[in-house]
Amino acid sequence: MTEEPLRIVLDLPRAEFRLQVDLTLPSSGISVLLGPSGSGKTTVLRCVAGLERAQRALVRMGEETWQDDAAGVFLPTHQRALGYVFQEASLFEHLDVMGNLRYGLRRVASAQAQRTLDTAIELLGIGHLLQRRAHQLSGGERQRVAIARALATAPRVLLLDEPLAALDHARRQEILPWLERMRDELHLPMLYVTHSADEMARLASHLVVLEAGSVRAHGPVAEVLASVDTPVVAGEDAGVLLRGEVLEHDPQWYLMKVGFPGGALWLKDAGLRQGAPVRMRLLARDVSVVLQEPDGTSIQNHLRCEVDAMVPDAHPSQVLVRLRCGPTWLLARITRRAWETLALRDGLVVWAQVKSVAVVP
Amino acid sequence: MPLDPVAWQAVQRTVELATLTTLCLLVLATPIAWWLSQTTSRWRAPLGALVTLPLVLPPSVLGFYLLVLMGPNGPLGQFTQSMGWGLLSFSFTGLLVGSVISSLPFAVQPMQHAFESLGRRPMEVAATLRAGRMDAFFTVALPQARAGLLTAAILSFAHTVGEFGVVLMIGGNIPGQTRVVSTQIYGHVEAMEYAQAHWLAAGMVVFSFTVLLGLALLRRRTVRVMG
Repeated sequence: MTEEPLRIVLDLPRAEFRLQVDLTLPSSGISVLLGPSGSGKTTVLRCVAGLERAQRALVRMGEETWQDDAAGVFLPTHQRALGYVFQEASLFEHLDVMGNLRYGLRRVASAQAQRTLDTAIELLGIGHLLQRRAHQLSGGERQRVAIARALATAPRVLLLDEPLAALDHARRQEILPWLERMRDELHLPMLYVTHSADEMARLASHLVVLEAGSVRAHGPVAEVLASVDTPVVAGEDAGVLLRGEVLEHDPQWYLMKVGFPGGALWLKDAGLRQGAPVRMRLLARDVSVVLQEPDGTSIQNHLRCEVDAMVPDAHPSQVLVRLRCGPTWLLARITRRAWETLALRDGLVVWAQVKSVAVVP
Repeated sequence: MPLDPVAWQAVQRTVELATLTTLCLLVLATPIAWWLSQTTSRWRAPLGALVTLPLVLPPSVLGFYLLVLMGPNGPLGQFTQSMGWGLLSFSFTGLLVGSVISSLPFAVQPMQHAFESLGRRPMEVAATLRAGRMDAFFTVALPQARAGLLTAAILSFAHTVGEFGVVLMIGGNIPGQTRVVSTQIYGHVEAMEYAQAHWLAAGMVVFSFTVLLGLALLRRRTVRVMG
């Protein structure tokens, strides 16, 4: 497995804008490309795969160069060691599931690919489907087979283009845990295109935010989400991602205490053992600011913080406030009037009241 | 026995001609249809029109030009003579060439539609699974377009059996050589042998109806499998 990063430099005119990206992505974990539809994120993926050709481009996956127009290098798609999962079910209907899985495997013919396929079948839970034909599978099963088929070529990088977009909510919930297993068990970098903040929060280790063909922000997911100068996940979804671990349980009230650098929160007991890692999503709309440590409130979670920055929100009545809680950043959405009335300013010590926290597996 | 030996010979020649024509067309029309379905070249429209031309031209026009081309003074005729093969006109080989050309659109169009309806996605998927263009064509595009290929084969066969004008113009209706069912019927009618003509004509009606019925059933099954 390569330790060198992935380099993607593209320049490509589109109908409405110019797609210009210059990215260096980590060689492990899931890098999520997030953006509204039409922002160019799928095009980035297609250019990495060589399905589309940018004019001046550099695509390097670790030590392998797939495209370097300065040196006149362009490998056709079938010579690039990649796996690609398309948005809609793309199984070959003239083959059964096993035929689909072996299609790429046969063309790679390495012992490693065979092992990867065995792992993928087990990892994605499709062992009982191998004799079925594509049209006999549910949407969720098809996508799992498509992912296993892509893995069976023992790729250097897995490209996923909104793999859950064509599925309903229930099917999406069915696949997400499999993707999380892949992230945690396979040491394979993945590029994951989505417009869903929910999928991003569950999967991303690295985040790239695209808008109209340009990169608005990118970096480790926690940093990008907490940066207020580019409140990237605008609207109702603005928030931060925290990583912590279970510190203790309170069996009487069915609660667990999750510590993170800079503080701790009481959450619903999710049945996790002590010391288990927890990813939590705190939405800005669920965080409010008070000047003294609150007392006599139903909200149990208070964190001592320092005001770090403020930016206007999408609506003129609201602002986004970034709070520093030890080394961790939180976002709070409050009204502009509250900002003025409480005389909030950078450096002021306040208490953040956290109304709700979503645990993301 | 309702059919005399000469008529049976015509039936046999017809089956031979239609089978060979279909085989030639599968080899010839598949790359043409694939190219037409994939290309963005400016030659696409003119070449597409050229391939479709036999569909609208009167068979006599087609037959006439083929006769001129294959005749002793035509370029094709000169070529075959210089190679020591003699003339194609009024020979079974000439008939085969004529049939292939006149049935070309019946083979190209269903294949082209089948290839076009696949879209680009299956070939892209194959490429991401390490298959080169040729590999993907034979292992993905052809199998997925099989209903179109089958339709093309059936239509080519049936159209060749039903061909009359081109056959008469370049074949010359020589018994045992270039006489096929359609020209045999013509001969019977000329000779006022209506009973003989009936047997062959009714046979053609039954054959054609069966082919069209088979095609309709095939389409329905394909739709069900796709859905």
